[in-house]
Amino acid sequence: MEDFLYFFTFQDPSITWVVLGITLLGIGSAYVGTFSFLDKKALLGDAISHAVLPGICLGFILAGEKNPVYIVTGAFLSGALATFLSSWLRKNTKLSEDTIIATILSVFFGVGIVMLTGLQKSGNPEIAGLNSFIFGNAIGISESDLMIYGGLSLTIIMVLTLFLKEFRLMVFDPEYGKAIGFPMEAIRFLFNVLMILAVVIGIQAIGVVLMAALLITPGAAARFWTDRLHPLLILAASFSIVSGILGTYISFVIPQMPTGPWVVVFLSLIALLSFMFSPKSGIIFRYFSRKNYLRKTHKDHLMKALYKAREENKEGLSIEEIYELYPYQKVQINQSIKDLLKEGFIIKNQLFISLTSKGTSDAMRIVRLHRLWELYLNESMNIAPDHVHESAEQMEHLLTPELEAMLEKRLNFPTLDPHQETIPREKP
Amino acid sequence: MTFDSNAFLIIFTGALIAISCGFLGVFMMLRKMSMTGDAISHAVLPGIVIGFFVSGSQRSLEVIMGAGLLGILATLMIEGLRKKAKVQLDASIGITFTLLFAIGIILINLFAYKVDLDQECVLYGEIAYLPIDLWVTKSGLNLGPRITWLAGLNFFFVIGFIYLLFKELILTSFDESFSSVIGINAKGVNLALMSMVSYTTVSSFESVGAILVVALLVVPPATAFLWTKSLMPLLQLTAALGILIAILGYYLAYWIDSSIAGMMVTVAGIFFLLSAIIKGKKPSWLQGTYKAAKPLGI
Repeated sequence: MEDFLYFFTFQDPSITWVVLGITLLGIGSAYVGTFSFLDKKALLGDAISHAVLPGICLGFILAGEKNPVYIVTGAFLSGALATFLSSWLRKNTKLSEDTIIATILSVFFGVGIVMLTGLQKSGNPEIAGLNSFIFGNAIGISESDLMIYGGLSLTIIMVLTLFLKEFRLMVFDPEYGKAIGFPMEAIRFLFNVLMILAVVIGIQAIGVVLMAALLITPGAAARFWTDRLHPLLILAASFSIVSGILGTYISFVIPQMPTGPWVVVFLSLIALLSFMFSPKSGIIFRYFSRKNYLRKTHKDHLMKALYKAREENKEGLSIEEIYELYPYQKVQINQSIKDLLKEGFIIKNQLFISLTSKGTSDAMRIVRLHRLWELYLNESMNIAPDHVHESAEQMEHLLTPELEAMLEKRLNFPTLDPHQETIPREKP
Repeated sequence: MTFDSNAFLIIFTGALIAISCGFLGVFMMLRKMSMTGDAISHAVLPGIVIGFFVSGSQRSLEVIMGAGLLGILATLMIEGLRKKAKVQLDASIGITFTLLFAIGIILINLFAYKVDLDQECVLYGEIAYLPIDLWVTKSGLNLGPRITWLAGLNFFFVIGFIYLLFKELILTSFDESFSSVIGINAKGVNLALMSMVSYTTVSSFESVGAILVVALLVVPPATAFLWTKSLMPLLQLTAALGILIAILGYYLAYWIDSSIAGMMVTVAGIFFLLSAIIKGKKPSWLQGTYKAAKPLGI
């Protein structure tokens, strides 16, 4: 608890710096990552983040120490080479995209390992710092590092905000963008530069292997909560800030813990919770809405059967007759009967079921929708009468009163459907 | 040059691993699942750590079982995220492997004082120590390096797996719906392939490391694919490449004193790049018609 207070009241200026750094970094990579997620290029970020390792080593060799300028430049150049190679391979060979990305990722990483092992055997004492690039160590970032990384992050955020319209075009409709005169090639080039930059600066805190999570996960999680771009970006950034700070906190409290893995665990937790519980697209919501829909269709079918029985001048149907109409659906039929009894649409007289007057008008509506849709398909879409039933079976549950009114008007209040059955209406 | 038995053993083991990975990789590539292979090789890490923690040794059955289970879990999680939660495929791969890998690293740090397993060993492996790590029976009989036995066993299993399920693998790779129609359990075949990949990953992680296994899974098949499109030559070429990169990788690493596994991957990468340049579409200035260059245009 003391640690908690000490950390979150920011008494220690170095903690303030680290939190500020990880916040900027999180926003930058979440922004870039959300765009690449929408562009369906999420794994390119993974390839780039593995591919910067040789560049980091090269920067280290040239500078002879852990100089952030050399390292960032080296990392950027090798990331750019990887990006260029992957686009070249995609255009010039028949390999599929995932093979290309996996190839680039592993080969660059292999080269990086060769250089890293070579460096380790060279006995330079500064080399220990290089290992933190593999797993990331936000606490170990010095103030001068932070100036460079934070500044670059800020640049990324600003460029993305300034050119939001252009990047939106690139993600959603590049062809249209080209047609109305935007230089799409240049925009894409700029975006790739930003993406490589985001990876390069993120690696300090998160590490080569896990950088992909910082790019992919916030966007994917935020996508479950909104369909609009602005809230999406803000949400993704805040997910990334929250997990960044929590991860830094853990590695502050337990010093032997690297920061990167904890940030990723918190991010994934947020993502998994979003996948489960988000309204509209979450797993749980979709499960229940599907269940409700199925229940409604079963109820509608039962009402329809009862109405058709009435058309044949029967008072209602016995339970056995209903079971025969819809074989293998005993459980659902019993459930529907229970529901409809509760709603007052049917009366159950021992084993004989008939519609109430309230039920009759509702059942009439379902039958009317079914037959109207059949007639519409037949007349307006020129579909043969023996092919229209299946579609009407689905549409009868979906048509709204507004659509019903439109259909009626369009078909000029018909009386017969394509099977020469009356389209039932309430008597005025 | 005199015959160096250590060099021979390292090259032999490296080639065995490269061929096993390459054969599985061919089928992964044909199914467009190369990145899933990448994901699995990252995701087995927590399984390895837990198995190691439970049994206290790297050479136990628990480690292999743990890794196998995690590999299958990763496959199921990717599928689940994609089908149940409707996350797009690349994102579900990215989320799955980063989460599992992060958990693995955390577990290593948690158990750091209790088990002798450091993250670098798991990630890069070191095949150079292979001749020292001998398998000695209780009666004192020296049977040779342990990792070579492991790689041999793995090679044997992979060959057996492919031989037995050859027809099923081909059918499910090229036409999944047709294979389902004639009664092949495509999902089952897929899971079996993924378990083989996890098993191969874990049995090679000590020597080439969890991440460089990916390179051996992907790069030789991709290189071979640039040269041929039919399956048998593809497998043969992959095997030949595996042997070649083991030999060249060893001597180059010996020459500049660096990681052998990393050098094998580097050599594989050079082969790949050369093949892509030779077999790829010729650049426009060779064909004579000018087309604007697209720098970094992904």
